[in-house]
Amino acid sequence: MAVLTAVVGIGQTKYEAKRLDVSMAGLIREAAERALADAECTWRDIDAVIIGKAPDLFEGVMMPELFLNDAIGGAYKPMLRVHTAGSVGGSTGIVAASMVQSGIHDRVLCVAYEKQSESNATWALSISLPFSLASVAGAGGYFAPLVRGYMRRSGAPDDTGIRVAVKDRQNALRNPLAHLQMKDISFEMVANSPMLWDPIRHLETCPSSDGACAMVMEKESLASRRSGKVAWIHATEMRSEPTMFSGRDQVMPQATLDNAANLYKKAGITKPREELDCAEIYVPFSWFEPMWMEGMLITERNQGWKMTYEGATAFDGDFPVNMSGGVLSSNPIGASGLIRFAEAARQVRGLADQHQIDGAKKALGHAYGGGSQYFSTWIVSSQKP
Amino acid sequence: MSAKEEQASGPVMVLSCPISLDYAYSAGQSASRFLRAIAEGKLLGQRCPVDGRVYFPSRGSCPMHGVTFGDDAVELSDKGTIVTFSIVRVPSQNIALPLPYITVNVLLDGADTILIHVLDAKLEDVHMGMRVQAVWKPREEWTTSTANILYFRPIDEPDAKYETYKEHI
Repeated sequence: MAVLTAVVGIGQTKYEAKRLDVSMAGLIREAAERALADAECTWRDIDAVIIGKAPDLFEGVMMPELFLNDAIGGAYKPMLRVHTAGSVGGSTGIVAASMVQSGIHDRVLCVAYEKQSESNATWALSISLPFSLASVAGAGGYFAPLVRGYMRRSGAPDDTGIRVAVKDRQNALRNPLAHLQMKDISFEMVANSPMLWDPIRHLETCPSSDGACAMVMEKESLASRRSGKVAWIHATEMRSEPTMFSGRDQVMPQATLDNAANLYKKAGITKPREELDCAEIYVPFSWFEPMWMEGMLITERNQGWKMTYEGATAFDGDFPVNMSGGVLSSNPIGASGLIRFAEAARQVRGLADQHQIDGAKKALGHAYGGGSQYFSTWIVSSQKP
Repeated sequence: MSAKEEQASGPVMVLSCPISLDYAYSAGQSASRFLRAIAEGKLLGQRCPVDGRVYFPSRGSCPMHGVTFGDDAVELSDKGTIVTFSIVRVPSQNIALPLPYITVNVLLDGADTILIHVLDAKLEDVHMGMRVQAVWKPREEWTTSTANILYFRPIDEPDAKYETYKEHI
């Protein structure tokens, strides 16, 4: 029987285009210190450290966990680096949780980051392979044909993605940590922004951010004694599948469907749309909101766009998504998944300030990565299971 | 003080240190056969012994079933169908193509996997289901490389029906 585990501290940096005032070590230290302060802990109280970031080729620093070990208090403690492409933030949270759930450690710190001002992600994602013509320009180049596939099969109106982009940027105005603060964001502004990877427009894509996110998790016997609010981890789930195989449904991979079904089963959830109060979903390109509403079994196949269209995913909708502004408003890639997990935890702790959903008790955190081939999710609650 | 002088005397915030990586790629049996064939202008795929699906290009084993493909190869047509596409208007350091260009996921006739390539066509003409054919380099320039195919171009054939390629999107 797994040890019940809770998130007891969360720390985030401000997300912005360039943090020239700190090194990578300084960036993660900032998030980690804030998480410790929130958890009313010191470095001494941490049993193990888990660190995650996206591909090393981004910053060109191989195995950065080696030189970052001291900055996150890893000296003479167990330290583990996680990597699952864009979903790595989520996987980092899950690995940290499993260290406590398994009974190995009592209290664990996890940190995920990306310093994109020192990197070139599009270059790193456009490497030339022996068998293929170098024509896929970064993540957008890979995902744009899949978005077109979703539009074709669902019959979604062409402006669905524009609506998501506007909604998430409006939500970001409630979150002072969000990178993009676009006070004048409008449907026309997104619609008139240049097509980068047709059908994906400039303002339907995520920014490139510097930032880090950290969390402290601990076992029930410690967390129960706290007077402050904690987020109980009801379930975690990870799934992967090969990038390329014949007949692979790249728009709606089997791995996401399996991930969702098993996550809800573990959490005892039968009607996710009714039982969850809100969700932080990994949406780097606007169309992935409706796609993952289907991929997370929140709604029926080919119906995800209706949730956007009918305002269900809006801040005041029946299933708010990305209250923090989401990946579309802040994207330090390696941290983005952990931010989703942390923002879900903030909601159920009732500590999400201006982007708090009133009375949120149960929330979903979600990340995906690679060629839609890695999925990491968790469900957290203000109540014990 | 000019901006340049100020920059020179100010603190060093970021140093640019370019890296490059050169790989020695061991093609192996399956890829070697594929590359020797393409040097002759032939496109060879391989059939998965479990479900019979034809992989192109073949890496010699099935990523779904974890089995090696036998020695038999399947010769494919250089004609195919566009299953999905994007028009790219973003420059990328590693990509030499002039902007904008059309990137296409092509299902070659006889293959059960897609090939990602580029299409030479009017931007407004490209669509899902469009029939296309490879345009090759002059024969005397052929080598053991997929670069023997320069790009795809539309051909005068009726569009493929959505049902015939939808599972490859």
